[in-house]
Amino acid sequence: MAKANMSLTRNAMPTQDAQVRAHNFDEVALGYTEEMAIDEANRCLNCKHMPCVNGCPVKIHIPEFISKIKEGDFEGAYQIISKSSSLPAVCGRVCPQEVQCESKCVRGIKGESVGIGRLERFVADWHNTFATEAPERPASNGHRVAVVGSGPSGLTCAGDLAKKGYEVTVYEALHTAGGVLVYGIPEFRLPKKIVAKEVETLEQLGVKVETNVVIGKTLTIDELFDMGYEAVFVGSGAGLPNFMGIPGESYKGVYSANEFLTRSNLMKAYLDNPETPIMKGGKVAIVGGGNVAMDAARTALRLGAEKVYIVYRRSMEELPARKEEVEHAEEEGIEFRLLCNPTEIVGYNNPEDPRDPKNGFVTGIKCVKMELGEPDAKGRRRPVAIPDSEFEIEVDTVVISIGTSPNPLIKSTTEGLEVNAHGGIIVNEDGLSSRAGVYAGGDVVTGAATVISAMGAGKTAAKAIDEALSK
Amino acid sequence: MYKILDKKVLNPTVIQLQIEAPLVANKARPGQFIILRVDENGERIPLTVAGVNKENGTVKIIFQVVGGTTEKLAHKEAGEYIQDFVGPLGVATHLDGLKKVCIVGGGVGCAIAMPIAEALHEMGADVTSIIGFRNKDLLILEDEFKACSNTLRIMTDDGSYGEHGNVTVPLKEMLEAGEKFDMIITIGPLIMMKFVVLTAKPYGTPVTASMNPIMIDGTGMCGGCRLTLNVDGKKVTKFACVDGPDFNGYEIDFDEAMSRGRMYADFERHAHTEACNLFKKEVQ
Repeated sequence: MAKANMSLTRNAMPTQDAQVRAHNFDEVALGYTEEMAIDEANRCLNCKHMPCVNGCPVKIHIPEFISKIKEGDFEGAYQIISKSSSLPAVCGRVCPQEVQCESKCVRGIKGESVGIGRLERFVADWHNTFATEAPERPASNGHRVAVVGSGPSGLTCAGDLAKKGYEVTVYEALHTAGGVLVYGIPEFRLPKKIVAKEVETLEQLGVKVETNVVIGKTLTIDELFDMGYEAVFVGSGAGLPNFMGIPGESYKGVYSANEFLTRSNLMKAYLDNPETPIMKGGKVAIVGGGNVAMDAARTALRLGAEKVYIVYRRSMEELPARKEEVEHAEEEGIEFRLLCNPTEIVGYNNPEDPRDPKNGFVTGIKCVKMELGEPDAKGRRRPVAIPDSEFEIEVDTVVISIGTSPNPLIKSTTEGLEVNAHGGIIVNEDGLSSRAGVYAGGDVVTGAATVISAMGAGKTAAKAIDEALSK
Repeated sequence: MYKILDKKVLNPTVIQLQIEAPLVANKARPGQFIILRVDENGERIPLTVAGVNKENGTVKIIFQVVGGTTEKLAHKEAGEYIQDFVGPLGVATHLDGLKKVCIVGGGVGCAIAMPIAEALHEMGADVTSIIGFRNKDLLILEDEFKACSNTLRIMTDDGSYGEHGNVTVPLKEMLEAGEKFDMIITIGPLIMMKFVVLTAKPYGTPVTASMNPIMIDGTGMCGGCRLTLNVDGKKVTKFACVDGPDFNGYEIDFDEAMSRGRMYADFERHAHTEACNLFKKEVQ
C-alpha cells in the first residue's frame, strides 16, 4: 500500500475558469483524475473509530471506500458506497460535506480534511463511465410499495426497498423524474444526465417510474392502497414559494427562485431557442442567501445578465449556502449586497399612457441597511434595520429565494394525515405519519432543507417499511 | 405519450381535441384543468378541461391558437400523440346548492363554461347562458349551450350574429329586470370578467371568475400563477393552480392579473411566427 500522504492541504478540485464558466452551463467542477483521487485517498488515516461516518446522514462506510481507492479498485469503492447511498454521483456534488462527514475528519484538526465528497464523486463518475454490468435485479418478495415524488427522498426510499426485493412504483407529478435534482439544481452544478443515469440504475433494480401522475389529484393515497400497495412513502417535496409580503412583488420580472430555476432547468429556457420564455439579460437581484439563491444568481449570470446581486439581510458569516457555492459565485463576479433587506420592489408606470408596453415591469428594488443585533432563539444574531438608510438598486429582474412551504396537495386530499403549523406532515422517528402505512420524508416534512437530509429520511422510512412489511 | 383520438376545428383559430388519458378522465370535474406538452423540450401549458368521457377514458380540450405551443398543437391530427398530459389540476367549480345560475362566457372561455353549464343543467338548476364572441366566424358551441340552457343569449361585438354588443348588456338588463341569480360564473378574457363583476356589483349578486394565468408546474411549486385578492381590505396572495382556478370575482385584482398576463407577450408573438414559419416550410 502507498505511504500515507501527510500533506496538510487537499488536492484542489479542477474547475472551469471563472471567466469562461460564467457564460456557459457546463459543469463548473471537473472532477479528480485517477492520480488525484489516489493521492487524496492516501491522506485518509483509516481511523478505527470512523468519525466521518457519524457525520453522514446515510452512514456511508467512508474509510472502507477510500481504502479501495487507495488500491485503485474504483469499482470496489463504488460497490461500498452504493450499499448506503442510491445517488452517489449526486451526493458527491451537492452535499454540504464541510458540515457533515468532512467536519468530523481527523485530518481537519490540523490542516484540511480529506476531500471525501470529491472522492465520492470521483468513484461514482468512474462507475458511470466504465462499469458495463447492469446491477442485478433482486428477486421479488411479493410486497408492493408506492413512492410519491422522484426527488432525493423518494429515489432513496425506492432504491433501498428495491434492493430488498420490493416492487416499487414511483409517481412523479412532472414530466421528468428527479424532482429538485432536475427542476431546481442547475446543469452547471449537477448535469441532468447524471440524474438520468441514477434513475436508470434504479429502474434496472426493478423500480417503476410513472411520470405525469399527481398524487392527491390524479390518484389519491387511499386509491394507492386500493390498488394493492401495502405502504406509501410521501416525498412530494417543497411546495409554494414564500414571498416577502412587500409592495411590488407582482410586477413583471419578479420570480420565485422555484419558478426562475424551473424555467431555466426543467423547461430548458437556457437553450438558444427555448420554447419556455424567461427574462434574461439586464440587472438581476436575488433575495436570499441559501444554495437556491446561489443557483439562481449563477443561472441569471449564465443567461446573460450584465450584473447580478445577492441581497441578503445578514452578513457573510450567517450566509447559509454551501461554502464552495459562495466562493464560486464570488469568483464569477456575483456582487454580494450583505446586511441589506428589501422593503419594496419598484416598477415602471407611465401615467400618460396605460398601454405603454413597459408598464408594470420591474425597475428597481428598495432596500434598507441592516446591522446585527441580539442573537435569536437559534443563536443567530437578529438583523435590525438602520433608520433612514434606505436606498435603491436598479434592476430589471428580482428573484425571491427565501424558502418554501411544504406542498399542499397531499394533505388536502388525504384524510387523517396530520400536519404541523407550517403544513409539514408530522412523522415519528421512523418517518411514519398519523396514517397507518403512510410514511413521509424530505421537504414535505421539514420544509426546505438539503438533498442529503431528504435522502436520510428516505432511507429511514425504507428501513421502517421493510420492518413493518416483513413481519 | 398520449394519443389524440379525435380532432374538430370549431372555428378558424379554435380547435377541439379528444385525448386518451383514462386516469385524468376518471377524476376531472368541471372547472379543473390539465397541463400538457406537445413534444420533448416543449412548453407546459394549462388548458381547462372541456369535458370527459369516462367510459372511453378521454378528455376533451378546446384551445385557441395564440403562441408557438398552441400553433404546434393545432397541427397535430387524430392518431398522433402528444408528449405529456397531466391532471386534473386545481379545484373544481363549487356547484353544490346552486339553483339559478348565470353563466357568462367570452370567446374560447365558453369552452370551459360549457361543462359547468352542463353539470348545472344535470343537477336541475335553472341555467342562463350569455356567450359572447367578436364575430359570427368565431362562434363556438352554440348547439351545446342551447341543449343545457334555459335561456341563451348570444352576443357578437360587431352584430354579425345573435345580438350586437358585449355580454354585460344582457346581464345588466336581466339584473335590472329583477332576475335573482344565486351565482354568476364568468369565464373569458380578463377584461370581460372585470366588467361582469362591475356590472353585477350594484345588485350584490355573487360572481365566480375562472382565472387562467401563466403557469409552469401547476402543482403548487413554482408560484408563477400567483394573483392578488383584496379580502376585507387586505391584500392576499393566492395561487391559481392549487387555490383556484376559481375565485370570488369581487376580490380579484384584475388589473394586476392583466398586466402579469402580458409578461411574455413579445416572446409569444415571436414564438407563434416561428412556429408558423416552420409549418410553412414543411408545406413547401
